[in-house]
Amino acid sequence: MATVAKSPIKAKHQRLVLLIVALVVLIGAALLAAWALRNQASYFYVPSEIVARPPEPGRAVRLGGMVEKGSLKTAADGVTINFAVQDGKARVPVTFKGIVPSLFVEGSGVVAEGKMGTDGTFVADNLLAKHDENYVPREMQDMSREQAQKVMQETK
Amino acid sequence: MIAELGLAALWLAAALAALQLVSGALGLTERGAVLGGAVRPVAVVQGGLALLAFACLIYVFSVTDLSVKLVALNSHSMKPLVFKIAGAWGNHEGSMLLWVTVMGLGGAFVALVEKRLPERTMLATLAGQAFVSLGFYAFLLFASNPFERLSPVPMEGNGLNPLLQDLGLAFHPPTLYLGYVGLSIAFSFAIGALVTREVGPAFAKAMRPWVLGAWIFLTVGITAGSYWAYYELGWGGWWFWDPVENASLMPWLAATALLHSCGVLAARNALRAWTIMLGVVAFSMSMIGTFLVRSGILTSVHAFAVDPQRGTFILALLAIYIGGALVLFGLRAATVTEGERFAFVSREGALVVNNVMLSAILGIVLFGTLYPLFAEAMGAKVSVGPPYFNPMSALFAVPMLVVLMVGPLLRWRRDKFGRVGRELVIPAMLIVAAGICVLVLGGVALLPWIGLALSVGLGWASLLPLKGRNLRRTPLPIWGMVVAHFGIAVALFGMSSESAFSVEKLVAVRMGEVTQVGPWGVKLDTVEPVAGPNWTAMEARLLVRYGIDGKVTRMLPQSRSFWAPPQQTSESALLTRWNGQLYAVLGGEAPKVDGEKQSRWQLRLWWKPFAPLIWIGGLLIALGGLLALLGRVAADVRRIVAKDKIAYRREKQGR
Repeated sequence: MATVAKSPIKAKHQRLVLLIVALVVLIGAALLAAWALRNQASYFYVPSEIVARPPEPGRAVRLGGMVEKGSLKTAADGVTINFAVQDGKARVPVTFKGIVPSLFVEGSGVVAEGKMGTDGTFVADNLLAKHDENYVPREMQDMSREQAQKVMQETK
Repeated sequence: MIAELGLAALWLAAALAALQLVSGALGLTERGAVLGGAVRPVAVVQGGLALLAFACLIYVFSVTDLSVKLVALNSHSMKPLVFKIAGAWGNHEGSMLLWVTVMGLGGAFVALVEKRLPERTMLATLAGQAFVSLGFYAFLLFASNPFERLSPVPMEGNGLNPLLQDLGLAFHPPTLYLGYVGLSIAFSFAIGALVTREVGPAFAKAMRPWVLGAWIFLTVGITAGSYWAYYELGWGGWWFWDPVENASLMPWLAATALLHSCGVLAARNALRAWTIMLGVVAFSMSMIGTFLVRSGILTSVHAFAVDPQRGTFILALLAIYIGGALVLFGLRAATVTEGERFAFVSREGALVVNNVMLSAILGIVLFGTLYPLFAEAMGAKVSVGPPYFNPMSALFAVPMLVVLMVGPLLRWRRDKFGRVGRELVIPAMLIVAAGICVLVLGGVALLPWIGLALSVGLGWASLLPLKGRNLRRTPLPIWGMVVAHFGIAVALFGMSSESAFSVEKLVAVRMGEVTQVGPWGVKLDTVEPVAGPNWTAMEARLLVRYGIDGKVTRMLPQSRSFWAPPQQTSESALLTRWNGQLYAVLGGEAPKVDGEKQSRWQLRLWWKPFAPLIWIGGLLIALGGLLALLGRVAADVRRIVAKDKIAYRREKQGR
């Protein structure tokens, strides 16, 4: 671009060059973003979907449903928990290592962020539970009314 | 009574905003020129009335007047006073009222002090400001009245979300709002300049302090918000790419670009149309951010209740303002004449790179934030997180930071790399050395590795503009630039070090048991119940020791239960050393396994080397902005005083 300095180009042309540079970078950014989003966005599943069409292991996804009653077990190390998430049609075993949100109890709704393991267990890195009247994970709004009522009863 | 007074003040302020718009617009025509004189006083009174309305809201919150619906929904008589007051803006209606108040006050301040621009441009600017305010007044009065009464009066309020009952957060939203709304002034200036075709250095110089001010508040607000998320959520992270965080980051990116292009326009009269465009984009991003947060259309920790009517209302406002501004820009951009020319290798060239890269990052963040919405419209539910945002934004941030090392050394107009190349040998060597050091340490991912290496070189290079200057006579804006750029290096080092070297440990321990995390030995001493004004908690006493023979220090993480509304939060405990921070969170009691007698408590511990530098860097960036602002304002004041003196002498001499 040193030629720009040498050859006296018109102001109008300089503006054009700047515009083109800006556009190229921005369009490049947009294309990159679109490409990356297709690969990186983590999709939301309910148990029946994840059982029917499991995502490839290692891909970040979210799993939403109800914590099955009687399924919650704490491992010997005191910090790993195992439970099952179900939506009335299917159930998925989940394992999570960490401090659980306070409103996470059996029978309540939960959204687990994590990956599908090779053995069909969902490995969660993070659990989102209904923890406030004003904040419901959006995915849970669409659960059936019956389930929602159940959640309300359990957590009120 | 007070609530009605507030509502009346709000209606009056809205009416005055309409008057300001009409008289400002008519003042531009020949027949209506008389009306132009009314605009400034009206703007001042409008600001005062908005402030009065906001003061009324604070009052009803501080006395917990439960007959006001908003208070009943969001406050509680048993809450500490400071959180009662902070509760006034910790909800949808109150925060919108804060928004229009700040906007009204900003307009009033511009009307009072800004005398440099041609009066016509000022009229158009203030009319533009009134136009934007009017939409938000309408939104408040028709869709979210903060002073609505409730009957029958409830016995007690619902309380404020405990996560928000924190001093840091009490002042975080107002700070961000000052930033968002400060950008509305830049927006109005851009509109005013477009309407009256007055785009030039004078316009840039008038706009710059406002952009700087808004940018400082945004920087402080984002830094504070990040620190709040870090210690209050108890997840150990400091940035989650949550939609609301992105909503504050996007205006910051746009404002940073605007700040730099303003500099080019003021100094060299180049990048004219581009600066106007950025002025429009910056405030549009503030409004999109508000839309995302207030409409609740995206999942977020910060999102308030979902209300489709409000969402539609804000969407309509967005369409009117952004669409209108873009149409105006499209119509007038062609008449904005070309600016001065410059070579690629020049200060302007470097700033163009800064602008384009910041815009690209802005695009990446905007896309990632809105993508879940588009995907949902197509029937798929997705969430986008760090695996997208981190590498994609780094792709543009890294080249920008490399140019940042060179840019401030270049001369305006035209320069040669050869002239500055020698200065850059040391930073380049530092980068290589740091890169090799980190490689030898091993186990560091690509992005933190780049960040660590780059930050060391950047730290050195950012100080180079001071070389060869008499430090005591260096102008304040130069100091500001150096401090802010150095702050970027500091923050980058903190971020990279945090993600490269953090050690995490999650354990269930018995009383008296010692666990190791990084160089720390942590012993759980006791767990005891404690109580606060509106919560009870289990508090762990941890005795921690750095290395083998360090001093024993106490840390007290709590697991708090609030009862109004019922919710549990973990109060993390932080211990800061010069080389990092120890972060401790107390979980619950682990269920007993196989006839265990003594109970075990869950502890989550992190050792985060140099993590505090993230926020220290953020504050340095803001401090740089403040220095630059002081320098600019001082220069302006000196000029005004000198002008007045000259005028006075002339008068005295009877000329």
